[in-house]
Amino acid sequence: MTETNAKAGYFGEFGGSFIPEILAATFAELLAAYGDARSDPAFWEEYKRLMSTYSGRPTPLTYAENLTQHFGGAQIYIKREDLNHTGAHKANNVIGQGLLMKRMGKTRVIAETGAGQHGVATATMAAKFGFDCTIYMGEVDVRRQRPNVFWMERLGATVVPVTDGTRTLKDAINEAFRDWVTNMDDTHYALGTACGPHPFPEMVTWFQSLIGEEARAQILKERGTLPSAVYACVGGGSNALGIFSGFLDDADVKLVGVEAGGHGLSTGRHAARLASDDATIGVAQGYKTFFLQDGDGQMRETHSVAAGLDYVGVSPILSNLSENGRVRFEAASDTEVIDALSLTIKKEGLIPALESSHGFVQAFKDAPNFSKDEAILINQSGRGDKDIFTVADAFDDPKWRQFIQEKAAEYAARGDNPDVD
Amino acid sequence: MSTSMTLEDSIRAKKQDRDILLMTHIVLGHPSFEEGMRIVEAMVDAGVEVMELQIPFSEPTADGPVILRANQQSLENGATVERCLQFAEECARRFDISFLLMTYYNILFKYGLEAFAQRMADAGLYGAIVPDLPPEEAGEYLEAMQSRNLAPIFIYTPTTDDTRMQLIADVAEGLVYCVARRGVTGSDTHFDEELDLYLARCRAATDLPLALGFGVKDRADVDHLVGRVDLAVIGTQTIRLIEESGIEAVKPFIEGLRDPS
Repeated sequence: MTETNAKAGYFGEFGGSFIPEILAATFAELLAAYGDARSDPAFWEEYKRLMSTYSGRPTPLTYAENLTQHFGGAQIYIKREDLNHTGAHKANNVIGQGLLMKRMGKTRVIAETGAGQHGVATATMAAKFGFDCTIYMGEVDVRRQRPNVFWMERLGATVVPVTDGTRTLKDAINEAFRDWVTNMDDTHYALGTACGPHPFPEMVTWFQSLIGEEARAQILKERGTLPSAVYACVGGGSNALGIFSGFLDDADVKLVGVEAGGHGLSTGRHAARLASDDATIGVAQGYKTFFLQDGDGQMRETHSVAAGLDYVGVSPILSNLSENGRVRFEAASDTEVIDALSLTIKKEGLIPALESSHGFVQAFKDAPNFSKDEAILINQSGRGDKDIFTVADAFDDPKWRQFIQEKAAEYAARGDNPDVD
Repeated sequence: MSTSMTLEDSIRAKKQDRDILLMTHIVLGHPSFEEGMRIVEAMVDAGVEVMELQIPFSEPTADGPVILRANQQSLENGATVERCLQFAEECARRFDISFLLMTYYNILFKYGLEAFAQRMADAGLYGAIVPDLPPEEAGEYLEAMQSRNLAPIFIYTPTTDDTRMQLIADVAEGLVYCVARRGVTGSDTHFDEELDLYLARCRAATDLPLALGFGVKDRADVDHLVGRVDLAVIGTQTIRLIEESGIEAVKPFIEGLRDPS
């Protein structure tokens, strides 16, 4: 998959397993179960079968004819991870980890979530497999993402608002670790992205590699040749690594990761770890990578219009692919993202998530520079229509605001207290 | 100034006069550096033999809510690594007990492992506890510490099997910190037969002095540990006490944990 050092869990100088002693036995158990699963073709078959019957795999590859004409360069293709059950690539990873949990005999799953997609996906998997489920979510995100909290709770999960630190994704990860060190006997921590201690970066990438495996076969079937470039947004890095996995060995295929440029790289209000010079190498949350941190090693606040990209660290596998030049990293600003989303909706009738729209920004910038007989591929990692509250806010839609105000007035006038749990 | 005596020697010497030693913990810069120095004074006055000085970190994953908040408040008040090291240096200069640093690995990594260890040695500190640095990742750190006679302190937990206890004993120096139970700092621990069996395993695995931490909160807990470990660690309990009753409460509380010497 990717080059690794002799030392397990390292990708170049990045990765590792910086875990507290109390979890050493738990990680030994996880490593063994993961190793067994990887060497057992029946595991992968069961995983693929389940993804095809439960989550709409293989997801289609869509030719974006109107966008292609609009930019007048490369033929634009879109990998439709938004069509997964629960609306994002997150489903791949949680179903994979759920199957692993069954092998390990664990009965309770915990997870962190930022925007809420990974929380909803995990709660869905827990409902299907009959696991108890607790989701840690920063208090700020709980407020921003009530619809996802609503679904997690309906799915039977306990959602714990995290009130420490910056009250966002990284703090939710810390809190999930605190739960895990207490309850590891029956509990698995289903980390949502290709970060954290070994084997998570490699294991999550493995589960997400379905995306690249399918996309490569699909575009070869469609065009007979490989794409010239592949674009994906990068938060933790799992959707990017998923699609890049299919093309890493194809030296002529350019791989482009797009991070959150927020208000602009010069403002400091962004989450660009690899596309900016603001991040330095550090060790936190169990692994070594580029972090947005100060000179003392304290993590800084990050910003993005897309909660799923708003994170201080990045997959160690991507840090290595950045260092060795295999993947190029760019940043897309909040306003560029809204423009790209708007254009995609109008031209193609597709609604990428705000996160995924970052990948579209750079693909649109580059498209005119390719010739018409070349193709580029964008990973639409999630759908935006289910994040209507966030997207409507991002568009600052006056009619939506009015609707919410009227709805609020209606609730207030009714005077009752609707079922709150 | 550098310490002539190692942490292990110092503990063994003090253990001649006491059936159990006390190790306490503060988060540097919490509630402030000025109050922190008064807390250290009170603890030294009360007879504490070893102190852990925690340099705050923004992601303290191994700590429970009380110490977590102390980390955060200290950083919000503007604590820097440099200010923390100056504080530790002053402690070591003023008081004749063994001071250790406790912090997460990123703080050392960003400072530079060699530079950090040199700074510790110059300051007269005895060793460090880094809860997110397992022996497998500790090569460079071990070299930096050992070449300066500083103790790299490692951790045993109830989930650590005998083989792994041996692996840890091979690299640990000064003392081994035995975590009493699963979970983070600041919750209750049952001082029962299961704990005793675990401590017997720890004792069998290493000749180093043993310290027992997580959930030690009163005289009965400390009494239970006499003969089983060499040091009892009081962490969260003193932070709680200070929050509830002020710094004045520290000295009588700690004195009440053991018979007068």
